[in-house]
Amino acid sequence: MSRLKILALLPLAVALSGCNYIVLAPAGDIAAQQRDLVIISTVLMLLIVVPVMALTVLFAWRYRQSNKVARYEPDWDHSTKLELVIWSAPLLIIVCLGALTWMGTHLLDPYRTLGRINAERGVDQAKAPLEVDVVALDWKWLFIYPDYGVATVNELAAPVDRPINFRITASSVMNSFYIPALAGQIYAMPGMETKLHAVVNHAGTYKGFSANYSGAGFSGMHFAFHGLDDKGFDAWIAGAKSAGGSLGRAEYLQLEKPSQNEPVRRYGNIDSDLYRLILNMCVETGKMCQSEMMAIDAKGGLGHEGLNNTLPLAYDKYVRRGTALGGEPTFVSGTCTPDAPQGQTTASIKAPADATPLLGAGLKRPSFTPLKSSSFFLGQRPKSDS
Amino acid sequence: MSPDLIKLIFGRLSIESLPLHEPIVVGTFVVVALGGITLLGGLTYFRVWGYLWREWFTTVDHKRIGIMYMILGIVMLLRGFADALMMRGQQMLAFNGSEGYLNAHHYDQVFTAHGVIMIFFVAMPLVTGLMNYVVPLQIGARDVSFPFLNNFSFWMTVGGAVLVMASLFIGEFARTGWLAYPPLSNIGYSPDVGVDYYIWALQVAGVGTTLSGINLICTIVKLRAPGMTMMRMPVFTWTSLCTNVLIVASFPVLTVVLALLSLDRYVGTNFFTNDFGGSPMMYVNLIWIWGHPEVYILVLPAFGIFSEVTSTFSGKRLFGYTSMVYATVVITILSYLVWLHHFFTMGSGASVNSFFGITTMIISIPTGAKMFNWLFTMYRGRIRFELPMMWTIAFMLTFVIGGMTGVLLAVPPADFVLHNSLFLIAHFHNVIIGGVVFGAFAGITYWFPKAFGFKLDPFWGKMSFWFWVTGFYLAFMPLYVLGLMGVTRRLRVFDDPSLQIWFVIAAIGAGLVFLGILSMLMQFAVSFLKREQLKDVTGDPWDARTLEWATSSPPPAYNFAFTPVVHDNDAWWDMKKRGYQRPLTGFKPIHMPSNTGTGIILAGFATAMGFGLIWYIWWLAAASFIAMLAVGIGHTFNYHRDFNIPADEVVRTEDARTQLLAGAKS
Repeated sequence: MSRLKILALLPLAVALSGCNYIVLAPAGDIAAQQRDLVIISTVLMLLIVVPVMALTVLFAWRYRQSNKVARYEPDWDHSTKLELVIWSAPLLIIVCLGALTWMGTHLLDPYRTLGRINAERGVDQAKAPLEVDVVALDWKWLFIYPDYGVATVNELAAPVDRPINFRITASSVMNSFYIPALAGQIYAMPGMETKLHAVVNHAGTYKGFSANYSGAGFSGMHFAFHGLDDKGFDAWIAGAKSAGGSLGRAEYLQLEKPSQNEPVRRYGNIDSDLYRLILNMCVETGKMCQSEMMAIDAKGGLGHEGLNNTLPLAYDKYVRRGTALGGEPTFVSGTCTPDAPQGQTTASIKAPADATPLLGAGLKRPSFTPLKSSSFFLGQRPKSDS
Repeated sequence: MSPDLIKLIFGRLSIESLPLHEPIVVGTFVVVALGGITLLGGLTYFRVWGYLWREWFTTVDHKRIGIMYMILGIVMLLRGFADALMMRGQQMLAFNGSEGYLNAHHYDQVFTAHGVIMIFFVAMPLVTGLMNYVVPLQIGARDVSFPFLNNFSFWMTVGGAVLVMASLFIGEFARTGWLAYPPLSNIGYSPDVGVDYYIWALQVAGVGTTLSGINLICTIVKLRAPGMTMMRMPVFTWTSLCTNVLIVASFPVLTVVLALLSLDRYVGTNFFTNDFGGSPMMYVNLIWIWGHPEVYILVLPAFGIFSEVTSTFSGKRLFGYTSMVYATVVITILSYLVWLHHFFTMGSGASVNSFFGITTMIISIPTGAKMFNWLFTMYRGRIRFELPMMWTIAFMLTFVIGGMTGVLLAVPPADFVLHNSLFLIAHFHNVIIGGVVFGAFAGITYWFPKAFGFKLDPFWGKMSFWFWVTGFYLAFMPLYVLGLMGVTRRLRVFDDPSLQIWFVIAAIGAGLVFLGILSMLMQFAVSFLKREQLKDVTGDPWDARTLEWATSSPPPAYNFAFTPVVHDNDAWWDMKKRGYQRPLTGFKPIHMPSNTGTGIILAGFATAMGFGLIWYIWWLAAASFIAMLAVGIGHTFNYHRDFNIPADEVVRTEDARTQLLAGAKS
C-alpha cells in the first residue's frame, strides 16, 4: 500500500521542482496571489490528509488478521471523545480555510480594481490603467485598445507594471479568457460583459487561450501575450497603427465568421463604438441594441405596437435559425430612441488605496475583547437594564 | 419518389447520415455487427430467446433486474472506456504539427460521449443495480414496492443507452461537452442531430431513473422487516435512501432544463438563446442544480458499500453508526447548496462565490467524519484482505487526494487558475474512479456470491485490482501536473512539445486500466468455469452482518420464506450470535407479482419516439406516442398481476437448502 502513497505524492514533488509550471510560477501579481492561495490551502489540507493516509496504512497493517497480538474488540463501536475529534478536526481546518476563502475571494475578485502592482508597490493613482476590450470570436480573439484606436487578432500586449482593465464579451458561444501567467480566467459570454483586472510584472511572451470548449476550432484558439517595457509597448502600438487595416462594422461582421487557426492581424483604424455594439449584439445595422431594448423595457416597453417592430433574423450570428416547427424567425429592429446608458450593472468595484486591504476601505480596526471563558461556557449573560 | 414524400417518411435521415466517411466508425461498426450477429445467432441456435424473454426481460424480480442493470453498466463501460482510450491516444499523438488521428468532428463527439456514457450509462446503472439487488434483501423485503415499475425503469434506462449507441452509427452524437451548454448546444450552433440524440437519450433514461428513485424510497420507507427502525437500517440502505431522495428531487430539474432546451431547438422559443432575452447562464445554473447532487447520487451508495465491507472484513461493528447516518443526511442536504462552484469563473460577485465556496468546503466535514469512521472501524479489528476490502483500502487512500483537490477547487481564486484545466479532470476522475468505481467493484465482488452462489476468482480479481489502481495513478497524476502547467481540457492538438511526455504516461496508465477491465472480464469467465470449486452453500461466505446473508445464495424468488425480525442494526450478526435456527416447517404459500412484458414494450416505444423526434420523423414519433398510451392503458386491464407460490414448492426449496447446509457442515 505504501507504493500507492509514494505515487500519490509524486506529482507534488515534481510540481514543486519544475520550472514550466506556469500556474505555480506566474509573471503577474494576481496570478501570484492566486498561486499563494493554492499552496496555502493545500498545506492546510495536508495537515489532515497526511495523518488520515498514514493511519489507514498503519491500521490496515496492524490489525491484519494474521497479527494475533493486536487487540481485537469486535463490539467497540462508539467513543464520544473520538467522535468529537473526528468532527472537530476537519471543522477547524475548514474554519481556517473558509476565512481564507472569504478574504481571498474578495481581494482577488476579478471585478475589483488593483490595489497594488506587486507585493512591494502600490498602484500609482496618477497613471491611467491600460484599457483592453476582449471579444471571443469563432475561433480567435479580438483585442481592442480603445485609448489607442488599434485592434489586434490573436495577439495581446501590455506594458510591465501597468494595471490592465479588461472588459470581456463574446460574439456567439461561451469561451473563457485565460492567460495563466497573468491572472485567473473569466468567461467570455455573448451579450454579457465580464471584467478582469490584472498586471504583468515580468517582461516576456506568455500563452493565452480559451479555457472553455467552444466548438470545432477550439484547439487553435490561442494567442501570444507580450509583457513589454513602456518603450516596447509604444513601439508595438505604433506597429499596429501603421499596419493600417481598418475595422468597422462591415469588416467586423466579416471577421466574426467562423475560421480556425487565424494568424495575427492588426488594425490601425477602428470604429470607436464597435465594442459597445458587439456587447449589445447590434453590429448588424437595423438591429436594436440590447441596452436600448432594456431601457425601453425598463420604462414599460413598447406595448402591443412593439410586436410589429421586428425584422427577419439571420439567427444569433452566422447560422440561420432552423427550428423544425417554429415560425419564421425575426429580430427586434432598432427604433429612433437615443441609446441608453448601460446602467449600474457593470460599475467597477474599487480596491482601497490603503495598504491594509483586509479591513476594507476607510474602516477602523475593530477593538477586540475576548469573551470571558466563564460567561461563554456557563451561559451567563451580561446583565441587562430591565 | 418525390423528395417531399421521402422527407415525410425519413425526416432528416438519409444515406449521408451514415458516417461512411469515417473509417474508424465503419471499422467499429463492422466489429460490433459481427459480434452482434454471432451473439444473436448463438442465442437463436441454443434456443434461449424464450428463456430470456420469460425469465429475464419480463421479470419483475428485483434481483434479476439488479443483475441486468449491472450487465448494462459493464457493457457500456466497454464503450465509454473505448472513448477514453481514443482520447488518450489522440492527445498523446497530436504534437509537433501532427493532427493526431481524429478530426475535430469525431474527437469532439468522443469526449462528449465519454462523459455522458460514463455518468448516465455506466455509473448510474452500476449504482442502481447494486441498490436494486441489495436493498430489498437488506431490509428483509420480498421485492421492491412496485415490481412492474422497476422493470419499466430498467428498460427505459436501456432505451437511453440504445439511443446513445445508435448515434455512433446513425448520424452523430453531440459535440458540446457532456453538459451541452448553450448557446453552443442550441439550434444556431448545433443544427445537427447530435444534441437531439443527447436530449432524448437523457430524457428517456431520466424517466427510468426518476421512477426507480421513487420505487426505492417507497421500498425503504414501507417494506422494512419488523423491528428495523430507521436507526437500525444498514448503512448501505441509509445511503441508498438518501441517494434516491436526491434522485427524486434533482432529476426533474434535468428533465425540465432539457425540455426547455428542446423547445428552443424544436419550436423556436428563446430560453437559452443569445437574442430575445434568452439566458444561457440560466441553463448553466439549472443543469448544475441537477448536476451537483448527481455527484452525490453516485458516491453515497459507494460510501454505503465501503461501510458494509469495512465492518464485515474487520469483523467488527461499524464505528459511529449514528454519526455515519447523520453525515450522510448532512451531505444529502448540503449537496443542493453548492452548485455554483462549477462556474465561479462566470463573473458572480465575490460574496456569492465565497458563499458557494464555503458551503462546498463544509461538505468535506461530514465526508471527513465518514473517513474517520471507516478508519476506526478497522481499529482493533481483525482485517481480512479479501478483494472487497482491498478496493476499500485503495478507495480510502485515493479518495482523500481527490477530496483534497476538490476542496482546493472550492477556493474561488484557486479555481480561477485551475478551472477547466486538466487539474479539474484529474480531480473528478480521482473522486469518481477512486470513489464510485472502486465502490462498485467492491460491491460487485462482495455481493457476487450472494447473487450467483459462488465467489469470484481471487487471482484474476487481484490482477484487475492492481492494474486498475496503478493504471489510475499513472493515468491521472500526470493530468494534475499538466493542469498546474496551465493545460486546459478538451484540446485536440498541442503546440508545446514539452507536454507530450505527460500525455504518454497518461496513455500508458489508460492502457493499464484497460488490462484491468480485461482481467475483470477474465475473472467472470474463470469464476464461471471454476464455479464448483468456488461454490458457497452457506449463503454467508464472508461471515457478514446484514440480513441479505441470512438467506440462501442465490436467494429464492421470494427472498425469505419467513420475514425476519430485527433486534439490532447488524441484524444477521445478532441472529448468528443468539444461535438463530432456520425455521424448517410451517411454510405458507407466498404471494408474488407476475412477470409482464409491458415494461420492455413501453420502453421500446419510448425509444422509437425519441428516434423519431431526433430525425424529425414525425409520423414515427406520433405513432410511438399513441402506442405508448395504448399499451399503458391496456396494461391497466391486465388482471394477471400476481400469483401464489404454493406452500409445497416453498417446502421443496427450503428442504433443498437444509440438505445443502447439512452437507456443508459434515
